[in-house]
Amino acid sequence: MLLIPCPWCGKRPENEFHHAGQAHIARPEDPSATTDEAWADFLYIRTNTKGRLAERWRHQHGCGRFFNAIRDSVTDRIAATYKPNEPPPA
Amino acid sequence: MTQPFRTHDTGRIHRDQPLRFTFDGRTLTGFAGDTLASALLANDVHLVGRSFKYHRPRGILAAGSEEPNALVTIDRGGGRITPNLRATQVELYDGLRATSQNRFPSLSFDLGAAAGWAAPLLSAGFYYKTFMWPPSFWARLYEPAIRAAAGLGRAPTEADPDRYLHQYAHCDVLVIGAGPAGLAAALGAMATGARVILCDEQAEFGGSLLAEPAATIDQWPAAAWVVEAVSTLATSVTLLPRTTAFGWYPDNLIGLVERVTDHLADPNPHAPRERLWQVRARHVIIATGAIERPLVFPHNDRPGIMLSGSARTWLHRYGVRLGARSVVATNDDSAYLTALDLHHAGVAIAGIVDTRPDPTEDLVEAARSAGISVHPGQTIARTEGRMRVHSAILSGGTQVIPCDSVLMSGGWTPSVHLFSQSRGKLRFDPATGVFLPGESAAQEVSVGACAGVFDLSVCLSDGYAAGGGGVRHFAVDGIPTLAPSLVAAPGTPHPKAFVDFQNDITTADLALATREGFRSIEHVKRYTTTGMATDQGKTSNLNALATVAGLLGATMPEIGLTTFRPPYTPVTFGSLAGASRGALFDPVRCAPMHDWAMARGAVFEDVGTWKRARFFPLGREDMHAAVARECLAVRRSAGLFDASTLGKIEVVGPDAGIFLDRLYTGTFSRLAVGRCRYGVLLGEDGFIRDDGVIGRLAEDRFHVTTTTGGAASVLHHMEDYLQTEFFDLQVWLTSTTEHFGVIAIQGPRSATILAGLVEGIALSDMPPMSVQSCRILGLPARLFRVSFTGADGFEINVPAGDAQTVWDAVMAAGERYGITPYGTEAMHVLRAEAGFIIVGQETDGTVIPDDLGLGWTIGKAKPDFVGKRSLTRPDMVRDGRPQLVGLLTKDPALVLEEGAQIVTLTDGAGPSLGHVTSSYHSAILGRSIALALVADGRARIGGSAFVPMPDGVVEVAVVRPKFLEAGAEANTGAPPAIGSVSAAAAGRPRLAEATPRTMSREATPAVAADHDGSDVPNVGTSRPPVRSAEPRPSMKLSGFPASPDVHATALAPTSRLIVRASNAAATAIGASIGVMLGSVPCRGIVSRDRAALWLGPDEWLVLAPEAEFSLLEQAIAAAGDIPASVVDVSDRNHSIEITGSRAAWCLNTFCALDLDPTAFPIGMCTRTLLGKAEIVLWRLGAETFHIEVARSFAPYVWDCLAEAAREFGS
Ligand SMILES: [Zn+2]
Repeated sequence: MLLIPCPWCGKRPENEFHHAGQAHIARPEDPSATTDEAWADFLYIRTNTKGRLAERWRHQHGCGRFFNAIRDSVTDRIAATYKPNEPPPA
Repeated sequence: MTQPFRTHDTGRIHRDQPLRFTFDGRTLTGFAGDTLASALLANDVHLVGRSFKYHRPRGILAAGSEEPNALVTIDRGGGRITPNLRATQVELYDGLRATSQNRFPSLSFDLGAAAGWAAPLLSAGFYYKTFMWPPSFWARLYEPAIRAAAGLGRAPTEADPDRYLHQYAHCDVLVIGAGPAGLAAALGAMATGARVILCDEQAEFGGSLLAEPAATIDQWPAAAWVVEAVSTLATSVTLLPRTTAFGWYPDNLIGLVERVTDHLADPNPHAPRERLWQVRARHVIIATGAIERPLVFPHNDRPGIMLSGSARTWLHRYGVRLGARSVVATNDDSAYLTALDLHHAGVAIAGIVDTRPDPTEDLVEAARSAGISVHPGQTIARTEGRMRVHSAILSGGTQVIPCDSVLMSGGWTPSVHLFSQSRGKLRFDPATGVFLPGESAAQEVSVGACAGVFDLSVCLSDGYAAGGGGVRHFAVDGIPTLAPSLVAAPGTPHPKAFVDFQNDITTADLALATREGFRSIEHVKRYTTTGMATDQGKTSNLNALATVAGLLGATMPEIGLTTFRPPYTPVTFGSLAGASRGALFDPVRCAPMHDWAMARGAVFEDVGTWKRARFFPLGREDMHAAVARECLAVRRSAGLFDASTLGKIEVVGPDAGIFLDRLYTGTFSRLAVGRCRYGVLLGEDGFIRDDGVIGRLAEDRFHVTTTTGGAASVLHHMEDYLQTEFFDLQVWLTSTTEHFGVIAIQGPRSATILAGLVEGIALSDMPPMSVQSCRILGLPARLFRVSFTGADGFEINVPAGDAQTVWDAVMAAGERYGITPYGTEAMHVLRAEAGFIIVGQETDGTVIPDDLGLGWTIGKAKPDFVGKRSLTRPDMVRDGRPQLVGLLTKDPALVLEEGAQIVTLTDGAGPSLGHVTSSYHSAILGRSIALALVADGRARIGGSAFVPMPDGVVEVAVVRPKFLEAGAEANTGAPPAIGSVSAAAAGRPRLAEATPRTMSREATPAVAADHDGSDVPNVGTSRPPVRSAEPRPSMKLSGFPASPDVHATALAPTSRLIVRASNAAATAIGASIGVMLGSVPCRGIVSRDRAALWLGPDEWLVLAPEAEFSLLEQAIAAAGDIPASVVDVSDRNHSIEITGSRAAWCLNTFCALDLDPTAFPIGMCTRTLLGKAEIVLWRLGAETFHIEVARSFAPYVWDCLAEAAREFGS
C-alpha cells in the first residue's frame, strides 16, 4: 500500500485514494469542432508511459480533492503531487 | 526411559515443566521451552515425514524456519487443523497432537514410497512430458492420481473457528530479527527516543546467542546479556516475539504475522489466533541472520542427516543430542565447533570429513587433540540406512564410517530475502561466495549475518550504530571468529544428491534441465521447481545456483539469483482475511424501514452492500404469487415501497442549473422551481452511466437522484468535472442519500391516501413531475409527485430517523384502500410494464440514449454536455446498433431467461442479434413480458424473432418496449391492450428508480433456500459461512465488550450541516452560527456546544445539539448573497465515541492512519476508512475519539470496533 502525499492532508495510505487516469488531457474547448479522430484520441489514447508520468488521483476517503501526482510506473515512487490547476513540477 | 537423548543439564528448557504430546498417536514427553522438533529428537524420533515426490523417509534438517522436511499437521480439535507447520517452529504445549504428512498408511510403511523405485520417471519436467495426452485424462486421471501421490498436508474441510485480526502500526524504526545485531539495533534506536518495534520469528529473543553458552558480552554471559537487553527494551519498545516479517511492500510497509495463541495449551478464546501487522516504518533495520547450507552428496537426505549449526542449537538451547555417534561433513569452519561441543557433551564424533584440502589448522588441531579424526580433502560419497542413516561412505568408496547421524555444513547464506523484496540490489561477494545487500531502494539497512558480518562484536556495534545509537564497542569473548567459506563445488550429478529437499530436486534434475537447453536460472527453477516449495528454497537456492553455474561453466553472478517474493514463510489464509469474514466480510447496509420489513416477513436481496426487501410473502405464498399480488395492488389501488437506497445529491450554487446542463443530457437551467425532469447522465464516451429524476427546489438548489448503485460514482463523476474542468462554476455538492428516508407510494389511490397526511400544500396543486416542501406529521418533508410504475405516485423524502413513523402513518391511512408494501421484484415488474429502463439492466456500459429510445431526453439546443460529441462518432450513428424493444412469447406463460440470445433463424442458430435484458411475468397483463436490446430493433417491431432456451427455441413477437398504456391501470382489473404505443410522450419515464441488480434471476432459489434454511446449522461442510442468511435488524449499536481499557458509546442524535463555501464565505457563515469554520486542514474547532470539522478545503461538517432551533436557516441566511452551500444532513450519520487506553489500538485494527498523538493530535479530524466503511475520525482527547459514520454503515463500524475490543474484555 503506497503512501500518497495529498496536497491538502499530507501523506495518507493508498486505500483512501482513487486513481483517475492520466493527467493533463485537456477537454477540447469546443468538442463539436473536433474531428472524429481527434475526439477518439481524447477519449481513448493514453501514453502508457514506462517511467515518470503525471496522473490524476482523488483523495476519495479524505478531503475529496482531485490532484495530480508524478509517479514512476517502474518503481511506483511518487515524486510529487500538485493541485489540478497547477503546472507539473519540473 | 523417556527422552533418552536429552542432556543432563544444558539447554534453556524448563525441566520442571514436563509436557505430554502425541506424534502420530504415540504419546511422548518433552519440556516447556521445547519445540515439537526438539522434543521429538529428545525422544530419538528422527523419521518425521515423507518427501514430496519420492516419498523418501525424511528427518529434521534444520532448527529454524528454514526447515524443509519436518512438516506436520497440528489438530487442536473443533476444526482447528493446521497442515504444513514446520515442527521446528511449533512450540510444545501440554496435549499437543501432531501427525506426519504425505504417507499412507504410516510413516514407516508408506506405499507411496514405490514412487522412489519409479524415480527415473519422475525427473525434471516429468509432468510436462508424461501427462500430455489425451487432454481429457488430465481432469479424470492424471490430476487426481498426482494429487493423491504427491503433496503436503491436507487442507482442513471445516470452517476455521479461530479469530484473526489485522493491526496497523507506525514506527520510526522497525527492527526485524532479535539476534545480537537486532537487539543492539533496537537498543541504539531506543537511545534516540524513537518509536521502535522489534520482532522476531522465534518465541525467545536472542537468536544465535541462545546457543552460545561460552560467549560473553561486556563480561555478561551472552544469555544474561540478552535478558538484560530485553528488559531494557521492554520499557519503551514494542516487542513482538513469535512474529515473522513475511513481506515488504511499497513505502516501507512491512507485513508481520504474530502467532498469538498457538503456543498455549488453553488460549484465551477472545484473543485472535494470529495477528497480521501492517507496520509503516520510517526506517527498517534488517537483522535476519544467516541460514546454513547443506552439503550436496548422494543420499544426503536420510533421517539423521542434519545441519551442523542446528545440531549446536539443539544441544545448547534445547538440551538435545542428535545421536550417539556422529559424522561431521563440512566445508566450513563452524562445523568444528559443533564437533567439539558434541564431543564434550558425550557424543562420539566418528570423524570430520572436510571437503577442503587445507582446513584451518587450529581447528583441525583442536579436533585431533580431542581424539576426533579429521579427513581433509574428502567428501561423503554416499550414505546408507533406510529409516535412519547408519553409515557414511567416504569418497573413494572404501572407508565406511558407521554412525547414527551426519552433521553437515556447506557454509552460511545471509538471509537477504527481505532486502531483495524491498527491491534493493544484491551484489555478489567473491570473498565469501554469497550474495549480500548492495544498493538500497528503500529506507533500510541490513546488519549482522544477513549483511555478511559473522563477527559477534562487529554485529553488535554495527547494529547499535544502525539503530542511531552512535559508536559503541561491545567487548566479546568466548566465541571464535570464523572465516566464512565459499559454496561447495557440486559433485557429479546424481539422482539422489538432493539440492531442494522439499520439492525433491537433485543435481541430476538440474543437469537434465541444462542438457535440455535451459540457461536462465529463472527457467531452470520453473522447469525443475527447485526453490518453489513452501520453504522458498531457503536451504537450497545457493546450492542450486552453484550447481547450475558449474554445469554451464559460468560464474554464480553470471547465472544470477532468482527473485525473492513474499511471503518469507507461509501465511495462513486466516491471517490474510483477518476480521473480514462472516458478518464483517462486508458492511451490511439496511434501509430505514428494514426492521419493519423484517417483522413483516420480507425476503431480502443483496443490492451492492444493501439489503433490500425483495417481496413480502403472505402465508405460504411463493415469490411469484407475492410479486403478482403486490403488482396488482399497485395497479388497482396503492403500494408502498422503501426507495431510500436511491442516491441523492443536493446541487447548490448560483450556477447549479448550468452545471446540470453540462452533466446531463437534458436542460435544467430552465426548469421551473418546483418541477422535476428525468435526467440521463453520460460518460464522455457517450455511454449511459446513470439516470434519475432531478427536482428544482430553488433557483440555486436542485435535488438530484441517482441509481442505488450509482450514488457514490455519480458524486465522484460530478466532483471530477467541478474540480478539474469547470473552474468557472460556483456549485457545491452534498450527498443526502442517507439523510432522507424515501417512501414511494404508487398507484391510483396514492393521492387519496396521502391527502390527509400532508400539511402546507394541496396535492391537487402538484402536477406529475413536481416537487414541494411540506410537512407530514409535523416533520419537514420533500414530496415528489413522480412515478416509476406508470401509475400515479409520490415519493416522500423525510429525515431517515423519522421515516418509519411516516411509513406507519401512510400504511394506516391506506389500510382501508388495501395499501400493500411491495419489494424490489415488484418494482422491477411494474417499471418494465411501463417500459422504463434500469441502468445496469438495459445498459451495459456500451449503450447510448438513442439505443433505448431516450433520444428525447437530449437538449437539442445545448451546444455541449458531457458525452454529446461522442454521440455523433461513426459507431454511434451506424446501422445495426442495438435498440430497445419489447418481446412477447407466443405462450403467455413462458418467461424468457434474462441474458438469452435473440436470433432470426427458427432453429436458434445464426448470429446473435442481441439479448433479453429484462423478463418477468406481468400479473396485470396476465402474461410474460420482456425487454431486449436487438440490432436495428425498432425496424423489427411487428416482426418476430427466435430465442434459444434450454428447452427449445421460442418464437417471440417484437413489439414496442412499453406494455401498459397510460391509464391502463383502470380499476376493472381487466388486462389492458398491449404491445403498441402511440404517443411517445406518454411513455416518458418519470422516475428512474434504478437499481442495478447484482443478483441474477437464477440466484432466486439460493436466496429462498438460505432464507428457508436459516435454522440449519452450517457445520460439517467446507462452504464458507453464508453471509446474513438470516437478515438481521438494521441497528445494533449495542453489545460492546465490557472492558476497563476501551469503551464505545452511540451518541444521541445531533444536528448536522454540511457547509460548502470559499474560506471567505465560510467565515461569514461561521460567525452567524457561532462556530468558526477554520481553514487549517484536518482540524475540528469547538465553540461551546457546537463544532465545525474541516473535511476538505471548501467543506465543513457542523455539529450542534439536536434541539438547536433553525440552525439551518440561520446558516443559509448568513450565506445570504454569498455563494455557498448549506445542506441539512442531520440524519445522514450516527456518532460513536470510543474512549480508553486501547481506543487508538482498536481503531488501528481497522484504520491505517497513524494515531500516535504526535501524528494525530487532539483536535485533528479527517475522513478516512475503517475497514470497508468511510468515517470521519476526530480526536477529542488523548484517549477519546469521535466517529461520524453514515447511518447504514454504523452497525458495521460498531461491530468492527467490538471485534477489536474483544480481547480486552474483562
Ligand atoms: Zn486530502
